[in-house]
Amino acid sequence: MRRTLGIVALVVAGLLFLPSTPAWAQKGPIKVGMLVPQTGPLAANGKDMINALELFFEEQKYRLAGRDIKLIIEDDEGKPATGLTKARGLVEGQGVHLITGPLSAAVGYAVAPYIDSKKVPALYPIVSGEDITQRKRSPYIVRVGWSSGQPSHPFGKWVYDNLKYRKIAMIGYDFAFGWEVAAGFHRTFEEAGGQVVQKLWPPLGTADFGPYLAQLRRDVDAIYAVFSGADALRFAKQFAEAGLKERLPLIGGGTFTDEHVLRSMGDEALGIVTALHYSAVVGTPANRKFAQAYEAKYKQAPSYYAEGTYVAGVALKAALEATGGDIESVDKFLAALRRVDLSDAPRGPMRFDDYGNPVQNIYVRKVEKVGGRLQNTVIHTFPNISQFWTYKAEDFLKNPVYSRDYPPCKSC
Amino acid sequence: MEFWVIQTFNGLSYGALLFLLASGLSLIFGVMRIVNLAHGSYFLLGGYVGLSVVWRTGSFALAMLAGGLAVALIGVGMERLFLRRLQKQELAQVLMTMGFALIFQDLALLIWGGDPYSIPTPAWLTGSLRAGELVFPRYRLFVIAVAAAIALVLWLFLERTRAGAVIRAAVDDEEMARGVGINVAAVSMGVFALGAFLAALGGVVGGGFIGVYPGSDFEILPYAFVVVIVGGLGSLEGAIVGSLLVGLLDNFGKALFPELSYFTLFAPMAVILALRPTGLFGRA
Repeated sequence: MRRTLGIVALVVAGLLFLPSTPAWAQKGPIKVGMLVPQTGPLAANGKDMINALELFFEEQKYRLAGRDIKLIIEDDEGKPATGLTKARGLVEGQGVHLITGPLSAAVGYAVAPYIDSKKVPALYPIVSGEDITQRKRSPYIVRVGWSSGQPSHPFGKWVYDNLKYRKIAMIGYDFAFGWEVAAGFHRTFEEAGGQVVQKLWPPLGTADFGPYLAQLRRDVDAIYAVFSGADALRFAKQFAEAGLKERLPLIGGGTFTDEHVLRSMGDEALGIVTALHYSAVVGTPANRKFAQAYEAKYKQAPSYYAEGTYVAGVALKAALEATGGDIESVDKFLAALRRVDLSDAPRGPMRFDDYGNPVQNIYVRKVEKVGGRLQNTVIHTFPNISQFWTYKAEDFLKNPVYSRDYPPCKSC
Repeated sequence: MEFWVIQTFNGLSYGALLFLLASGLSLIFGVMRIVNLAHGSYFLLGGYVGLSVVWRTGSFALAMLAGGLAVALIGVGMERLFLRRLQKQELAQVLMTMGFALIFQDLALLIWGGDPYSIPTPAWLTGSLRAGELVFPRYRLFVIAVAAAIALVLWLFLERTRAGAVIRAAVDDEEMARGVGINVAAVSMGVFALGAFLAALGGVVGGGFIGVYPGSDFEILPYAFVVVIVGGLGSLEGAIVGSLLVGLLDNFGKALFPELSYFTLFAPMAVILALRPTGLFGRA
């Protein structure tokens, strides 16, 4: 009897001390760790990412789903080894609940196994390496950006059907990003009936494109280019100076004329047609609001680096609202994150496929001058495009990942 | 035929840009035996200063002058306040110039942001000249002309003036030069300023050609070193021949064997060094 009483007393005492609020509510703010290059050649693009995330959190007054947000930014220098060290610092030193970033695909691939081993949710807004959400996908990484081939697939077919080009020569970055963006286009353009007759790969840091411009075949309908940043600026300029602009239309991957470099470009960029999941002048209400706020604060049009990272914030908010602010139950949070279905991201509607990559609009854009400023005018919208385009995911994944030699260049 | 003419022209224009950078590097090494890893930073900073001047004044000529002079001052500061304290300590000097290069890189990022820019060039330098199927961008012709003019002036200065003779004396035998009353310290400072000026001029001229962007310093530096090593340290003729050789080799390598473009540039360099360890025009 005494024993039973004792147990009852213990149970009652236990109930008394049971926290009336969920455990996480007493763990303080949600810590968001951001990996981003703040020094080195990619620093300007990293700045766009920081600007956008800070803008988002400021709009939310640094509170999501009733919890305070603490943003911790680390400089990964765009280098895999540094990125990994900084990721360790964020997770083990600072105890962040979520990682967002990085920018460089190399850093993205380098930290992925670590993220898996520590079971930390991660939102990748920029890294577009195909296998991040394909053959080497991770349960902990959700991508709010894009896969390299995603905009290229519809674009290849569209160029064949609408611009009526039949023969194309390609030139692009000699590393995974360039190969993958070009390969997506190559595949669907040839499946539609076109021919890619040349693929040139200048090494990274090619200051003078002269030797490549002289080699580009002239007996084609257009040149397809994959560059970004300083290389894009230089390539477009040297292309025009070599007298090629009057002779051959220029098309390419979306980063070629993204706002991060378009603001430095001159009239040599006019008329370039590219495809991406964003343009600063996309006509959605959310984008008008975002682009206006961004421009007011930072005095420039948002790039896809900015929009992508802003959407990481939007997706985080939606997932937290679904879990009632719980990010500590990692599996529950990840499940909620993968179910996020945004109707009003700046880029347009966006949800995730089963592999953690967005299904979203792809925009075909043409560089035009409006009000004295260059912009990526949207000339066609493909709604709800997945990373697998119209292929079945299982079939798509049976192929090797896009590379320098895949798909093989049959007509080169 | 068109291919060979255009590629030769491209190679010459890139070589001309390299000459502006490498001539200064070579001079500085010749007189002071300093391997200056901050030389690429002079190129970078020159480009940025030139960019700011063009934005404010619209004058490209002024940009070249201002870019060159501003960076020459920086060079003098580096030499007088820092490098002079480390005379004859090669390793310490190399490390210090490396440190400066990193500082300049971050400083440029802080002041000008990281966006890539292209220096707007005057209207008469944009567009291209045509001869049948051949297209020669005017700006590349301009780069070749500037480099040729600088080479001529430098040659006249070094070979035909007293100041030039003093510099040559300091290059050949520093002790002896000191012995006959040459103020080697003053010569060193002047040469450092001149070298920095030329690199910065290259940065402004290059800004209209390859652009101004973070990272250009370390992208172009290896090329400048190849030029100087192939041509021979401290020799003007070496810098001229070396830069043309590297410009042409790089260009034809990339055009003919794109997969092997680094090999076609560095293999001849290795051969030259094996046969002539001091470079084509270097003296032991």
